[in-house]
Amino acid sequence: MQEARVRKRKRRRGRWLGRLLTAHGVAGYIFLYLPIVILVVFSFNASRYAMAWRGFTLRWYASLFADQAIAAALKNTLIVAGASTIISTVFGTMVALAMERYRFRAKLAFDALLYLPIIIPDIAMAVMLLLFFVLSHTSLGLTTIIISHVAFNISFVAVVVRARLAYFDVTLEEAAQDLYANEWQTFRRVTLPLIMPGILGGALLAFTLSIDDFVITFFTAGPGSTTLPLRIYSMVKLGVTPEINALSSMMLLVSMALVFVSLLLQKGGGGGIEIT
Amino acid sequence: MAAQPRSRRETWRLLFLISPSLFWLVVFFLIPLIVVLAISFGQRGTYGGVRWDLTLENYARFFDPLYLRIFGRTLVIALTTTVICLLMGYPLAYFIATRPPRWRNTLLVLLMIPFWTNFLIRTYAWLLLLRDQGFVNAFWTGPLHAVFAQLALAVPLGIWEPFLQATSAPLTLFGTDGAIIIGLVYGWLPDMVLPCYAAVDRLDYSLVEAAQDLYANRLRSFLRVILPLTLSGIVAGSILVFIPSLGAYVTPDLLGGAKSIMIGNVIYSQFMSARDYPFGSAISFVLMAVMLVGTLIYFRLGRE
Repeated sequence: MQEARVRKRKRRRGRWLGRLLTAHGVAGYIFLYLPIVILVVFSFNASRYAMAWRGFTLRWYASLFADQAIAAALKNTLIVAGASTIISTVFGTMVALAMERYRFRAKLAFDALLYLPIIIPDIAMAVMLLLFFVLSHTSLGLTTIIISHVAFNISFVAVVVRARLAYFDVTLEEAAQDLYANEWQTFRRVTLPLIMPGILGGALLAFTLSIDDFVITFFTAGPGSTTLPLRIYSMVKLGVTPEINALSSMMLLVSMALVFVSLLLQKGGGGGIEIT
Repeated sequence: MAAQPRSRRETWRLLFLISPSLFWLVVFFLIPLIVVLAISFGQRGTYGGVRWDLTLENYARFFDPLYLRIFGRTLVIALTTTVICLLMGYPLAYFIATRPPRWRNTLLVLLMIPFWTNFLIRTYAWLLLLRDQGFVNAFWTGPLHAVFAQLALAVPLGIWEPFLQATSAPLTLFGTDGAIIIGLVYGWLPDMVLPCYAAVDRLDYSLVEAAQDLYANRLRSFLRVILPLTLSGIVAGSILVFIPSLGAYVTPDLLGGAKSIMIGNVIYSQFMSARDYPFGSAISFVLMAVMLVGTLIYFRLGRE
């Protein structure tokens, strides 16, 4: 009898804990989304200054599309992200293959060098690159930004591709070679298609990190190489305006699209977009 | 799978695969790192350049109470951010992991979206909320004040006075350490939740049931079984939050105003306005050293 009562009390306490957990979960998601939702809502607000709702307008989006400086910044952002993604994806994939397939001397040291750009604070990396460019008399511009983005993106691509390679079934390659495929054919027809979701996941991560980066770009940019984050930053510094809300909402839309593309990639064979 | 390269041909292939990344990381990462270390022992040139030297002056300057205080504050802010992220993020990860699979995927996607969104934009969203004429204050002095005024009319007791008083003036949120911590927690919470989720998801729940069969109560089975088994996620998440918080620049710059600055802002001003490269390099190096030592200690603790 008594044991039954104790169990009942325990179950009731368990239900109570479960409700608390759910409440915490809901509150957590509200915390994550409320600021973003407010930002998006106020990008449609007709009033320029007030935090009060003064009616729906698309004026801020219209003025955004007419803004030459933003068009130029968008172009720079896409050039930097495109170039750094291509270079770092090729190099990162190559190094991932080497690290997963071979053992060699100084591998541990090389591993550390490969991980350092991920864990170092971005302000430290920004300072290092700025000093290097200044002392080597390299003029700052799009090229120096691309070089810097590749320097951190190689590591991220390598991590994602290595995660994919770790689950690779080597017997598939052996089977191809038993069927008289040469090494290049084996790579082209077997290895590459199998690790493709990982490569695309890595490329997508590199692209996202590149269009999002502010600190390292800020330090390595020169006159005329303003990217979108730099443009947003200088706009924010001058004061809060609805145009920034509109621009932020558009970039939010792009991030959401990228998340969905990465999910589709994951579904197409379980690529690793999680960098955890 | 990993094999020693046997033939000369395989050695060449290995070299071909690693040399582009090796070149890039040595030239654009390792050498700049060494340059920063070398310059931190140098002196400031007449026109903002660098005079090579071997002095510890820059490191000594770091012990000036002004900089020590900023560094201390930076450490406190970064630690507070990490603890809050852990207290919020771990139960959130547990919540996600215990949902049915269909819900779980949706919740994970909802977590990924802020994670993939521009950090600058997410910080700006809080600027909209926290500034003096911001959303929080509009709510505080508007609807909330009106509610208390109505209550005071409906129930005429003295107890509403302090509430009416408090909501009649806007709060000072912008420019405080609290605003910076909110911004950092918001920015890095997904980085805490994702590794914690991975750890909780891997957890073999039959071990928890075994503990409960052996009459461990909920608290005990949590402390003795669940917590140790998910410690790897906690360690990874804490490092992912602590390191960027320590080196934060954008958040204190946008939310901290002129009063609340962190070590990242000091580094920035040494390079961009004061043009004192050697001192800026020395601070960057101290930052990296603290980060590296902190990470190592934490990993060591996590293993025990």
